[in-house]
Amino acid sequence: MKMIQAIIRREKLGAVKEALDNLKCPGLMVWEIMGHGKQKGITEQFRGREFRVDLIPKTKIEIVVHDAQVKSLVDAIIKTSSTGQIGDGKIFIIPVEDAIRIRTGEKGEIAVG
Amino acid sequence: MKKKACGLIFALFVAVFLILPALSLAGGPDPNGANTGTAADITAATAGSPTPAEVANQVGHNKVAINMMWTLITGFLVMFMQAGFAMVETGMTRAKNVAHTMAMNFMIYPLGMLGFYICGFAFMFGGMGAIGTMGGYAGLNHEVSITLFGKTFGLFGGKGFFLTGQSYDVAVFALFLFQMVFMDTTATIPTGAMAERWKYSAFFIYGWFVGTIIYPIYGNWVWGGGWLAMLGQNFHLGHGHVDFAGSSVVHMTGGVIGLVGAWILGPRIGKYNRDGSPNPIPGHNIPMAMIGTFILAFGWFGFNPGSTLAGTDLRIAIVAVNTMLASATGALAATLWMWLVRTKKPDPSMMCNGMLAGLVAITAPCAFVNSVSACIIGLISGVLVVEAAFFIEGVLKIDDPVGAIAVHGVNGAWGVLSLGLFADGTYGDGWNGVAGTVKGLFYGDSSQFIAECVGVLANLVYVGLISLIVFKLIDVVVGLRPSPEVEVDGLDIPEMGLPGYVGIKLDKYSETPLSR
Repeated sequence: MKMIQAIIRREKLGAVKEALDNLKCPGLMVWEIMGHGKQKGITEQFRGREFRVDLIPKTKIEIVVHDAQVKSLVDAIIKTSSTGQIGDGKIFIIPVEDAIRIRTGEKGEIAVG
Repeated sequence: MKKKACGLIFALFVAVFLILPALSLAGGPDPNGANTGTAADITAATAGSPTPAEVANQVGHNKVAINMMWTLITGFLVMFMQAGFAMVETGMTRAKNVAHTMAMNFMIYPLGMLGFYICGFAFMFGGMGAIGTMGGYAGLNHEVSITLFGKTFGLFGGKGFFLTGQSYDVAVFALFLFQMVFMDTTATIPTGAMAERWKYSAFFIYGWFVGTIIYPIYGNWVWGGGWLAMLGQNFHLGHGHVDFAGSSVVHMTGGVIGLVGAWILGPRIGKYNRDGSPNPIPGHNIPMAMIGTFILAFGWFGFNPGSTLAGTDLRIAIVAVNTMLASATGALAATLWMWLVRTKKPDPSMMCNGMLAGLVAITAPCAFVNSVSACIIGLISGVLVVEAAFFIEGVLKIDDPVGAIAVHGVNGAWGVLSLGLFADGTYGDGWNGVAGTVKGLFYGDSSQFIAECVGVLANLVYVGLISLIVFKLIDVVVGLRPSPEVEVDGLDIPEMGLPGYVGIKLDKYSETPLSR
């Protein structure tokens, strides 16, 4: 089991979600986060004084899936969320030790979709 | 049988329709109003047949009624400006303080009003004499003055406390309402300059002082027959200090109180870096600020034209249009100045400040200038407010979250000075007891400009001094500022007991800038 943690542009969430649905992804968690990588931030102004906003709104999607599904899902996320500009985001793959379905008590791979 | 019955019913219908028009001539319904209001409505001993004297009385009564209705209704418009100020100030400050900022703007209305009712009105208008446009009642006839160099210097009035006795009169009450909403305009200006770090209890005490003493004394000097108004009669300085609707009496006073208060309070935490450079602290709701500005601009249609205290003084049309034009050129000038000269972006909050600056500046001269002058005055005020805001924030290092000092203080002064320049002599015959119309420097009377300068100086000195004393007093007794922890966390819960926005996640990271 792996957790796919994808940090993407906020406006790409719709397209990514649709692609994940098409691949029968069992479920997902969505976080609204602030952050930056190489994209250093933007300059705003108020009453003539400029200031830098260096934490930019992003969206983090977390999905826990079987090892076999990881590649196709990651490809789908990259395809639908990429613009080619700095700030497209990152994907992290994290190993998951165990998973339990609360309703039935099932454990292991069977509890993940 | 049936034919006969139908014929009878038809004849009945025809008869009714023939009779109906006759009925309307004899007290029936009047759909176009042509027959409503006749000699029968004139108060007369014999109903329907008034004597010439009775007709004359009715005409005089109606004239006063028009004037009183005008005064009251424009007064209601100015009252609504309290909502405008509340929205502008809250929109330009942070979300963590909304309940507090709003509560100051809310509470100043009753606090100022009651102070004015108790003694402020009496100090300001107790010696004004006859209320000429509303019947001429002259019960407000006690002015406390001193005599120097053989001239009388009116200082404050002494009639009209609690509106009792001699002041329980319809004209006095109408005047009180109108003047009260002007006082409350002054009262609410400093809440903007001092927002986000003013303890509510300290503000509460200030609320009592502004309506009782600070505003009314200077107001008496200009509008109550006091010494500034008498500069014309006493020292041949034009018509004395002239201020039609209150650029100096209302706006400059408010701005100077705000200047002193903001200076004594000190800047908000995070506003300035160690080297003195300022950090911007963005307002949380630009739409609120702009709607508030429109509400103020609308209320100003009461503020300026209402100051004739007479709907029968048809100069109100000139006043209203001048007011409108100055608001437009003020907004335009401020926007273009920011966009092309200062920051290359048309900043919305400066647009608002520009419109308001134009309105503040035209408030004094609106009845005395032509439309081109009104446009020019607004244009200059738009640039002036931007530069003044930068100067106050960047050079004087005084933190004014909403630009109140630049809008009301600086442009209030510019307003009366512009009257001293642009007044064109088409209005104001007999103003402050001086024969002839009001003329400014550009139309041949330099002494008018000097009188305006004296008024500006007197405002700066008197309002500055008394505000200093009042704020220092409050600081000693209650303390002006909340603790730094309260200020950084947001004033709403500690000071007001609840958050203004419930269930909204506040952005604590960016709300307080890092002081480098």
